[in-house]
Amino acid sequence: MVKVLQTGFYTSVQDLGRFGYQKYGVPYAGVMDERAAVLANSLLGNTTNSAVLEFTMTGPKLQFLSNTRICITGGDFLPIVNSIPIKNDSVIVIKKGDILSFGTKKSGFRGYIAVLGGFLTDSVMNSRSMFNNVTKHHVLQKDGVLPIDNVEILENQSYASLAVDNTYLEEKIITVHKGPEFTKLDAHQQKKLFNTVFTVSKNNSRMAYQLSELVENRLKSIITSVVLPGTVQLTPSGQLIILMKDCQTTGGYPRVLQLTGAAINTLAQKFTGDELAFSLI
Amino acid sequence: MTANLNYKIFGDTSILIEWEPVIAKDVLRDVLAFISKIEATYISGIQVTTAYNSLLIVFDDFKVNLSKEIENLKQIYLQKSKKIHSNNTLWKIPVCYEDEFGIDLKEIAAEKNRTVNEIIEVHTKTVYTVYFIGFLPGFLYLGGLPEEITMPRKATPRLKVEKGSVAIGGNQTGVYPVESPGGWNIIGNSPLTFFDVTKDVPCFAKAGDAIQFYSVPKKKYNDIKTLVNAGVFQIESEDYNG
Repeated sequence: MVKVLQTGFYTSVQDLGRFGYQKYGVPYAGVMDERAAVLANSLLGNTTNSAVLEFTMTGPKLQFLSNTRICITGGDFLPIVNSIPIKNDSVIVIKKGDILSFGTKKSGFRGYIAVLGGFLTDSVMNSRSMFNNVTKHHVLQKDGVLPIDNVEILENQSYASLAVDNTYLEEKIITVHKGPEFTKLDAHQQKKLFNTVFTVSKNNSRMAYQLSELVENRLKSIITSVVLPGTVQLTPSGQLIILMKDCQTTGGYPRVLQLTGAAINTLAQKFTGDELAFSLI
Repeated sequence: MTANLNYKIFGDTSILIEWEPVIAKDVLRDVLAFISKIEATYISGIQVTTAYNSLLIVFDDFKVNLSKEIENLKQIYLQKSKKIHSNNTLWKIPVCYEDEFGIDLKEIAAEKNRTVNEIIEVHTKTVYTVYFIGFLPGFLYLGGLPEEITMPRKATPRLKVEKGSVAIGGNQTGVYPVESPGGWNIIGNSPLTFFDVTKDVPCFAKAGDAIQFYSVPKKKYNDIKTLVNAGVFQIESEDYNG
């Protein structure tokens, strides 16, 4: 078990998401930065779909009530076990009673905590990803406990920290495909999409990232159609909205671009005021 | 029908197929017929989602060759449809339209120069087609709202619309399956559960089914709610071939 002493700003249990239920209007959910979550699980020898904790802007404070091994990935929030600083991207042995906490954010916007065997919270529709009205809670609850496997015998082995290339955390280029309505934009608008340095507005969450700069738009709304995480919508007022993992399954705004999977990971690590530019792959 | 379809690669692993941009039952039937042919060919490895005139196929394999799959899908579309037994259902949905729930009914009646009862009568006599589920888990997109009771969305959405609220937004009507912010005009409340996470199939209705509402007084509403919560309420239904 893991006890939640402090939740952090926005911390939830996530795996790779909920697939096959979109026809019932259920969002995909799942980790925003798949690269980080898969890395953490891989370093621990977990399956890639094992549930991890995703925290945002500030880390949680957790007490482990079981022996385990953990791995922290994604943004660097200066993790500390008891009073000893630990490193991201490395396997850390945790003993019953140990407390994991975080310092201030050094890089990125979202961090991931994986434990041996994954967090074993309830699976709903084949996923442990928290989402309102699907799972009981959509974020961790203070003083709540999260079930994990207990490792009986802990070898006193030390694990080397891997040299992981985390330059994507600072990457400004967001790689995209053309969206279904891209060709309906005029040449000027198409050019503007790729020649503008955009800024992440304060409206950014697991549902969507809105950008501050406008792109003049004369396109009409479309008949409600399907959307995906990574779909870039252009609203009648010229606002660009990039849908993320908790987005609705359908939408009525023109879909001008579609992020690559790698670009979703990069965007997940950006926050208010960060700059980005779109580039066609 | 054999429509002229538009196939588009959508992101890393998906294909979007689009029909002409209309909301029409023959398009819905063609979308559903195509899905059954696709699902008969691809036994696994894909997820299919639909909307009014579109169909999205997401492939599990991140190395999928989408151009090749588009050629496959074009062939599958041309296959003769097996005469599949229609298994669509008309669901009868109880709604309490009393003042406590139908908080915008008087406004609609005034706007339309009708009595509240007349609005309820039009809303309940109509059979609505379920086009797809989206927006919120379990939210049915229903087609067929009569022109005489259409009503523009509220200028300022409510921050909280109760679960089960039956509402009219523009030329659409629907039921809020969960509590949510919302800008539609609320005309009643249904005691049924439209999204049940404990069930493997969380929604009783599916695309191609139909919905008809019927008016119940508050007491009956409460009785039904008790049965629904106990998991023993049987929703009235019949075969539908509309």
